[in-house]
Amino acid sequence: MNLFRLSLRMLRRDWRAGELRILALALIIAVSSITTVSFFADRVQLALSRESNRLLGADLLVISDRPLPAHYAEKAQQYGLKTATMTRFPSMTSKDESNLLAEIRAVSDGYPLRGDLRLADPPDGTFSEQVTYVAPGIPAPGTVWIDEKIIAGLDIKLGEELEVGAVQMMAAAMIAREPDHSVGFVNMGPRLLMNVKDLAATDLIQPGSRVTYQLLVAGDEERVAGFRNWAQAQLVPGQRIEGIRDSRPEIRAALERAEKFLSLAALASVVVAAAAVALAVRRFIQRHLDGCAIMRCLGASQATILRLYSYHLAILGLAASITGCVMGFAAQEFLSRWLSELVNTTLPWPSGMPAVHGLLSGMVLLLGFSLPPLLNLKRVPALRVLRRDIGKTNLHGLAGYAFGLFALSILFVWEAGEFHLGILVMLGFLTAIVVFAFLGWLLIRLLLMIRQQGTSAWRYGLASIRRRTIATVIQAIALGLGLMAMLVLTLIQNDLLKDWRRSLPPNTPNRFLVNIQPDQLQSLAAFFDQHEMDQPEFFPMVRGRLVKINDQSVRVDEYTDLRKKQLLNREFNLSWSEEMQSDNVIVAGRWWQDEEATPENELSLEDEVAKTIGVKLGDRLTFDIAGSPYTATITSLRKVDWDTFQVNFFVVARPGSLEQYPINYVTSFYLPPSHAGIMHELVRSFPNLLIIDVAIVIEQIQQMILQVSNAIEFVFMFTLLAGLIVMYAAISATQDERIYEAAIFRTLGAKRRQLIRAWAAEFAILGTLVGLFASAGATVLAYVIGDYALHVSYTFNPWIWLVGIVVGIIGVTIAGLLGTRSSLSQPPLLTLRRIG
Amino acid sequence: MINDRVIEAANPIVRAHALTKQVDTGDNQLTILQDIHLEVNAGESIAVIGASGSGKSTLLGLLAGLDVPTSGQVYLDGEEIFLLDEDERAALRSRLLGFMFQSFQLLPALTALENVMLPLELSGVNDARQAAQELLERVGLGMRLKHYPRQLSGGEQQRVAIARAFVTQPKLLFADEPTGNLDSATGAQIIQLMFELNRERGTTLVLVTHDEALSNRCSRQIRMAAGRIVN
Ligand SMILES: Nc1ncnc2c1ncn2[C@@H]1O[C@H](COP(=O)(O)OP(=O)(O)O)[C@@H](O)[C@H]1O
Ligand SMILES: [Mg+2]
Repeated sequence: MNLFRLSLRMLRRDWRAGELRILALALIIAVSSITTVSFFADRVQLALSRESNRLLGADLLVISDRPLPAHYAEKAQQYGLKTATMTRFPSMTSKDESNLLAEIRAVSDGYPLRGDLRLADPPDGTFSEQVTYVAPGIPAPGTVWIDEKIIAGLDIKLGEELEVGAVQMMAAAMIAREPDHSVGFVNMGPRLLMNVKDLAATDLIQPGSRVTYQLLVAGDEERVAGFRNWAQAQLVPGQRIEGIRDSRPEIRAALERAEKFLSLAALASVVVAAAAVALAVRRFIQRHLDGCAIMRCLGASQATILRLYSYHLAILGLAASITGCVMGFAAQEFLSRWLSELVNTTLPWPSGMPAVHGLLSGMVLLLGFSLPPLLNLKRVPALRVLRRDIGKTNLHGLAGYAFGLFALSILFVWEAGEFHLGILVMLGFLTAIVVFAFLGWLLIRLLLMIRQQGTSAWRYGLASIRRRTIATVIQAIALGLGLMAMLVLTLIQNDLLKDWRRSLPPNTPNRFLVNIQPDQLQSLAAFFDQHEMDQPEFFPMVRGRLVKINDQSVRVDEYTDLRKKQLLNREFNLSWSEEMQSDNVIVAGRWWQDEEATPENELSLEDEVAKTIGVKLGDRLTFDIAGSPYTATITSLRKVDWDTFQVNFFVVARPGSLEQYPINYVTSFYLPPSHAGIMHELVRSFPNLLIIDVAIVIEQIQQMILQVSNAIEFVFMFTLLAGLIVMYAAISATQDERIYEAAIFRTLGAKRRQLIRAWAAEFAILGTLVGLFASAGATVLAYVIGDYALHVSYTFNPWIWLVGIVVGIIGVTIAGLLGTRSSLSQPPLLTLRRIG
Repeated sequence: MINDRVIEAANPIVRAHALTKQVDTGDNQLTILQDIHLEVNAGESIAVIGASGSGKSTLLGLLAGLDVPTSGQVYLDGEEIFLLDEDERAALRSRLLGFMFQSFQLLPALTALENVMLPLELSGVNDARQAAQELLERVGLGMRLKHYPRQLSGGEQQRVAIARAFVTQPKLLFADEPTGNLDSATGAQIIQLMFELNRERGTTLVLVTHDEALSNRCSRQIRMAAGRIVN
């Protein structure tokens, strides 16, 4: 007879008899939490990056200093993507006697592909944020849209004409906000938007003029990625591709944090669910020991047993995993709807990968934890039918768990999508489990030494803990993981998200002022005073081109790395300071100290830049500053948190060596929306200043933090569910024994009250262990998430320990007593017979 | 050819030769069975009697190939079982042996019918249900096919075990104190049933018991004390 059919039958019988419920439930929860998270993370990540692509006006830009060959646009259209073009160049515009150098942008229909262009037509030339509206397309041929600086600089009113190259065009509207307003530092000048159809007539594009040609591309995420891959291979010198992550370090950093946080949340629920699976498998095996012995006695070979139960578990695993996948999909669908209401976008449809992912994860979890004990199961000696004490081998076998943990680690690395993170979290949990196991064992030993004291209930409680030391420790770890999940869910998650939100407070600087001349400092300070705003800090800087590394000339043309080229083609902003910016962290070398003598010039370099241009501590860099060379040695490397929006520099020198060069200043400050009008005045009073408005980027990131917080709360719900199931599994792990014990105790005449007391004592001890483990684990997890994912330092919360231990004791005692209640109300004989 | 058959029929179905079993108890070796010689012929019924702890179960386990001896041989149906590996012995058991135990050893997750079907299913018989149902009816449990062991009384459980033992039509039945957990009236019924089936099917019976009255119903008695046969 077909073994497969036999296992199907046995599976049905086991299921009917209620043997598989915990295992199936644990698996379903594990898989549905994994799939929900990965479906959802998939969609959220798609949505988040699409949201931020609004800032770019597109999903992707192909940028070139020469007209782009037509095949880029054609290919993009073949991929089913929307396209538009923009041609940018600086040019003089004039009206009457006034001239102004402006950035001209000639765009085609469809611009912008992502985000909105907002216009205003202030009747009297004054402008307030409130009266803007979304542009209905692009300027009609013959008309232009201009920004506030041109209105101020040319003293022009809307409806009047201005000269652009060879043609006269009518200023039809004022640009209030461009979608790509704040991307990159290059486009800060006065801005003029025109229709590309008028471009030829202006006669402005001549050989040698500095023109940038852009192809804007947007559409389905996967297709954009496909197009990007294709285009990457087509690039020739002078062409490059940019997505939002390439052009905005702040957004990239925030996105990465969000992704890490989500992954960590998912990993936490996987660990907890895995514990539940491990426990349930143990119970499953325990309950099938007798059956196996009988079958061996009835003539089943080891191979038969192994195959029988492998099929058994595989079918169970598959069924539970599929159920989990379906539930996961339903959950994320619900979640996505709710989220898309919040963010006002329809989330892109997820890919099918998460389902495959979930299925495989379920099988890996189940087989990882059941294969080693299964191999034990097949070795159950038939003699067990005669002597029940033999064959109880290795249920807690380290090797068994080790294999499961190994499988789990693979799952982890995969789940985290990042080797480093997966291994880190896995090692964290492993260390925690080992430390807990040791401490738990130690604590129990200690308790047993004082066991002679106390009431009889206490002594019985301790005695049964001693008999089950290993089982108790395992129970404590499992329950601890469950409770930890709850603590993280409730207290810590709140703390952390608060900390994260606090890292970008409402008064985060949202305007940068660049190109402040030394003689303007006083009048600027007066300007801030006059408008009752705080005085911002002004940072000095000089501009210089990197010309030599260790006395070797830098030849940009010879480099192939695009980012390196871009960096070296630009001028560096060199600043100097006695103190390091508080949000920087030294990763190599050390910051200069007052007392030290300086044999030579010293500077501190941002770590990423150092890596990109390939220099290290001790290297000598030579900059060309206004025609004269300046050489300094790198004495420290710094990490910079770009998304704090403080003024930060790639290169900071020790004071005393740069002051002689032509200096200008930079500052950043918070401009409340109520003061938006004063920018107008600032532009008029200090026409040479470049104002960089990052308000929209900050808003974007704050919005992102909010969304991700909500998503994380939801994902942690699964951790909670997994926590509950692991607790249930842990409590029921010793249920059979306890019920049997109760029957014997009561046969021997123990009163119910005595038994309850003995158990309560045992559960209270267990609960204390659980509370300790959970609080410690939750605190460490909080530090890890804070430090690793959110870059906020978690503020220690002593309540965790109090709540953890109290809830541990009370919760475990109540749950434990509830779980064994039924055995107390039944006549002992019934129980004894049932156990056999 | 004919000679072979005659010789085979005359061969004992169970033969133990110089069987010894020792176990390690940490500091010293404990001898549980010592130099057991035993022959059981086809169709015989043998009672193994002796005080608790005298080694009866150990002997039964060895004869059935559930355990391995320290030295000595066991032949079942002419085959030397300790030359086989565990799986081959299991296959031999499924072909040749039926079992009954003091603690019934039914699978709690299976119904009475499924418990009886199990040995047939394991040996790959297709029509397990039919045979199992017939036997359960034979032992008087035709109305309780769908009941789980925990819903059955001890006597009823042991009847399920009888049905399970006979369903594969074994040549040889090993029973280890099958009435040990039952009251005397129920025990008597079980014994009655067991001997009836034994006779109907011509099974060879090896019955472990400490009940003298019960042992007298067997064709031969073997008395054990301190790991030896003392006749
Ligand atoms: N694996 C073992 N380890 C230690 N002692 C054993 C082992 N197996 C059997 N014994 C001992 O051998 C003796 C015989 O046991 P058993 O065959 O079960 O006796 P019976 O079935 O006659 O009551 C008993 O004293 C028992 O404790
Ligand atoms: Mg015995």
